[in-house]
Amino acid sequence: MKLNRRRFLQSTAATAAAGMFGSSAFADDPINVASIHDLSGGLDIYGKPMVDALTLAVEEANAAGGLLGKQIKLINYDTQSNMQLYTQFAQQAALKDKVAVVHGGITSASREVIRPVLDRFKTLYFYNTQYEGGVCDRNQFDTGVTPAQTVEKLVPHAMKKWGKKVYVVAADYNYGQITSQWVKKYVTENGGEVASIDFFPLDVTNFGPTISKIQAAKPDFVWSALVGGAHISFYRQWAAAGMRSSIPMASTTFAVGNEHIVLSPDECNGMLICYNYFQDLKNPVNEKFVAGFLKRFGADYPNITELAMGTYQGFRLWAEGVKKAGSVDRIKVIEALETGISIDAPSGKVTIDPPTHHCVLDVHIAEVADKKLKVLEDFAQQKPADTAAVCNLIKNPNDNQQYVIKI
Amino acid sequence: MDLVALLAIQVLYAIASLALISVGLAIIFGMMRVINLAHGEFLMLGGYAAIVATSHGISIWLSMLVVAPIVVGIIGVVVERTIIRFLYGRMIDTMLATWGLSLFLVGLTTAIFGNTTVGISAPLGSFQIGAYRTSAYTLFVITVAAVVLAAIFAVMRWTRLGLIARGTMQNANMAAALGVNPPRVYAITFGVGAALSGLAGAVLAPVSGVFPTIGVAYVAKSFITVIGGGAAILSGTISASALFGTINQIATFVTTPVFGEVALLGAAIVLIRLLPQGITGRFFRRGL
Amino acid sequence: MNGRALNFLGLGLVGVIGIAFLVLVPRLFELDMVLELTVYMIMAILALSLALIWGYGGILCFGQSAFFGLGAYTYAIAMFNVGESTIPLLLAIVLPAAFAALLGYFMFYGRISDVYLGVITLTVTLILFNSVNSTAGPEFHIGSARLGGFNGIPGIPPLNFPGDKGSPIDLEGMFYLATASLLLTYFGLRLLLASRFGRIIVGIRENERRAELLGYDPRAYKLATFTIGGALAGFAGCLFANWGNFVSPTIFGLAQSAQIIIWVIVGGRGTLIGPIVGCIGIQWLNTALGANQPSGGSDWWAKIFANAPLILGIILIAFVLLVPKGLVPTLGDLGQSLLSLRGKRAKTRLEPKPAEEG
Repeated sequence: MKLNRRRFLQSTAATAAAGMFGSSAFADDPINVASIHDLSGGLDIYGKPMVDALTLAVEEANAAGGLLGKQIKLINYDTQSNMQLYTQFAQQAALKDKVAVVHGGITSASREVIRPVLDRFKTLYFYNTQYEGGVCDRNQFDTGVTPAQTVEKLVPHAMKKWGKKVYVVAADYNYGQITSQWVKKYVTENGGEVASIDFFPLDVTNFGPTISKIQAAKPDFVWSALVGGAHISFYRQWAAAGMRSSIPMASTTFAVGNEHIVLSPDECNGMLICYNYFQDLKNPVNEKFVAGFLKRFGADYPNITELAMGTYQGFRLWAEGVKKAGSVDRIKVIEALETGISIDAPSGKVTIDPPTHHCVLDVHIAEVADKKLKVLEDFAQQKPADTAAVCNLIKNPNDNQQYVIKI
Repeated sequence: MDLVALLAIQVLYAIASLALISVGLAIIFGMMRVINLAHGEFLMLGGYAAIVATSHGISIWLSMLVVAPIVVGIIGVVVERTIIRFLYGRMIDTMLATWGLSLFLVGLTTAIFGNTTVGISAPLGSFQIGAYRTSAYTLFVITVAAVVLAAIFAVMRWTRLGLIARGTMQNANMAAALGVNPPRVYAITFGVGAALSGLAGAVLAPVSGVFPTIGVAYVAKSFITVIGGGAAILSGTISASALFGTINQIATFVTTPVFGEVALLGAAIVLIRLLPQGITGRFFRRGL
Repeated sequence: MNGRALNFLGLGLVGVIGIAFLVLVPRLFELDMVLELTVYMIMAILALSLALIWGYGGILCFGQSAFFGLGAYTYAIAMFNVGESTIPLLLAIVLPAAFAALLGYFMFYGRISDVYLGVITLTVTLILFNSVNSTAGPEFHIGSARLGGFNGIPGIPPLNFPGDKGSPIDLEGMFYLATASLLLTYFGLRLLLASRFGRIIVGIRENERRAELLGYDPRAYKLATFTIGGALAGFAGCLFANWGNFVSPTIFGLAQSAQIIIWVIVGGRGTLIGPIVGCIGIQWLNTALGANQPSGGSDWWAKIFANAPLILGIILIAFVLLVPKGLVPTLGDLGQSLLSLRGKRAKTRLEPKPAEEG
């Protein structure tokens, strides 16, 4: 008998206490912004720099007087690399905290989990991670690079430098699958051939047999679309097998998780990568940004990653949208952003492309050199051509899906 | 021909790494029937110990083979004295406690080291087999595994400590009646098991990298190997590793790493179905 | 009051509280709380399935998430192919049950027991995880449903009123369905355990050899228990796919499996209320720890206290050392000692011990 009363008391007490957490009991109504990222579990190497950048962006905005005269409050959710929590926290952010915008999601899987939730509860969503392209949703803005912006530039550069036969190793989920298709397309367009495309689930650490297979195929270079902490062991085992002197590597996923710092220079020098942002970019906006970032988070901060910059740029773009709209109302901000808002970001000029809700940005090809990333070539203002081929939100504002782009 | 040689080395390497990661757990489970769900985290701590030691200038060999086992061994003894000690005979409770411990260790390592940790690269370079290059480090791992297993055999068979440990394992009360202190034996055994796990983690660090959540990859496989091996610690671990390692690596080579994993798991199911007490329930029953 | 009457009183109270909860929550709480509670109810059904198999059947199943995941995936795949939800719902219960029956036959008729059983069930769920995780390519599909690999299957259509494709269940309806299902499951299991079947499986748990010698075939009873548990877990999986409108391979993983076991241990093995309480408590704790990240910076305070695994780990360890029997049995003991204290003071005769069932 008492057991059941206790159970009732427990659950009501628990739910009441839960209701008290996270509610903004602030005197003057701030603007709530939610961050939903993985800060623990396997994906925290990506999530932590993103949240740091978002924090800096919010603090900068608040120091400059806030938005529309109000302070901005950042509500930080740690999804612990757990999909169920992504759903729960998206619901909480939209319904309980009633945030003006959500910046979050790292893997495409997590994005596709919260996108419909935020659609349903009419909360604006910024997805700031590089991904495979194709999302067409008026409620979402994407600030990360897509294959048509990076792969299209890196493939011919690498082929010109090294040769025409490519072996692809990719992470086995839709990002890796789709990116490898793009690699194949650009390789073939440039007169080359793809020896093989091998996929590896995210937790594989045993690459011995694969390395032997690659040696048997004798490619001119290896393209890596491997992702995550476990896949770093590929680079280690590759170097340990002495392959570094014979076959070079290119990648559009390497260094996003600071792999170039985790590995020793012998294990990855000379790798070619292509992204929107590098900490060493030489322009005044970036130099000021880096100085401020290192002051806030410590001079020994390992590296300001591409995803961190994506998040910073995402927040700045949203803030500009709010300023232009004069309100945080979702539709007004979307309409403001759809006029093609542009910012001068540390990575260069970043402009929203209205029909796709993706971004036009600079990309650079860089080389790994002694734990640093040395920029080699710049390409200004690349359009998100892959998503543009399937998505036009100006013509079809009610479109709401992720297209799998036919390659 | 050189491909066969390459494959043979890779199979041996798979067996060796499986044996290395399992032997610590085999000792802890085999001797004390403690289901240590934090086993993967002991491996992870061994890796971190090696990395920290190396970054402070200690030679990589010393860090891996001496510093890591000692550090994790001490942690093991501390864990045993503070938590496990109260839970002997309560297998279910040790599961819960060690699961909590594994979460705690993951959280602690993340707090101390952060997410981006510099690793150590595999020393020893590579060598050529016919048309293929492979890492010489794999040979080192194989050697370490062989030496460790031989050392355990020697200790169990020919030293007083080994005799006491075996006696306590078979009949704790009798051992106590003969003047042995079972709690002390348990503490030492847990420490030794932890130390061996630390050694395995350190030795594998240059190959698979070290980050706080790497334990997850190890714990299931080592459990399956230990249980599949059966009651005898040494012969069980060796026979189970040999069987599963071979199947895993050959399947990986013929198809994909995923199928290699599935083949290992499938083989485990078939094995336990056919030999419900593990391999050493039927064969090598009087082995160590 | 004698034990039996107390038992009925307890059941009655659970019923009253449950119905009150069902009716009042959507009225008293905001939508986000209703959604959060919905998933807790669904997970509680999953906890009950393991409570039956392990707490009462004595079968240490380390792979209960296999049936949970199978239920969710079956519903998703069937829903994309069929479009109307009655068949997918039935399939989501029947398929995991059939899989459980097959696996159970393999294990129990092979006389496999205790820790080896745990390993086989763990292996099975890992095989499912590894297999489904590597189905990312477009060639992996069942009918018109792409399996999606690591990304899982997003955008799963919700259940609809039986026969009427055009009226899908709404969010509040989901809450009603989940809570009502939990209550039905609880009372159904109570009935089952009070019946002859229930007593026999508890007898088998206590001493299998003795039950066998008394003429009962433990293998058949264990198989039946395992199948029922699998069906319940599959049903919970179907509800889960509805709640989040997604399913991904992590549902088969070691973490999910261990979670279910943790709920049952924390709540109290050998009870039904215990696992429900343990499940809701730990789920709530997980959510609360993740939702309270201080913004910015890595000062050591944040590193320790906003560190979800660290805090959860400490709580679990403390729990094992301080509350070893589980929440509900410990509370029950507390209640009993209070009762008997009162009895000693008021009367010379001791209170009879109420049955140790909650």
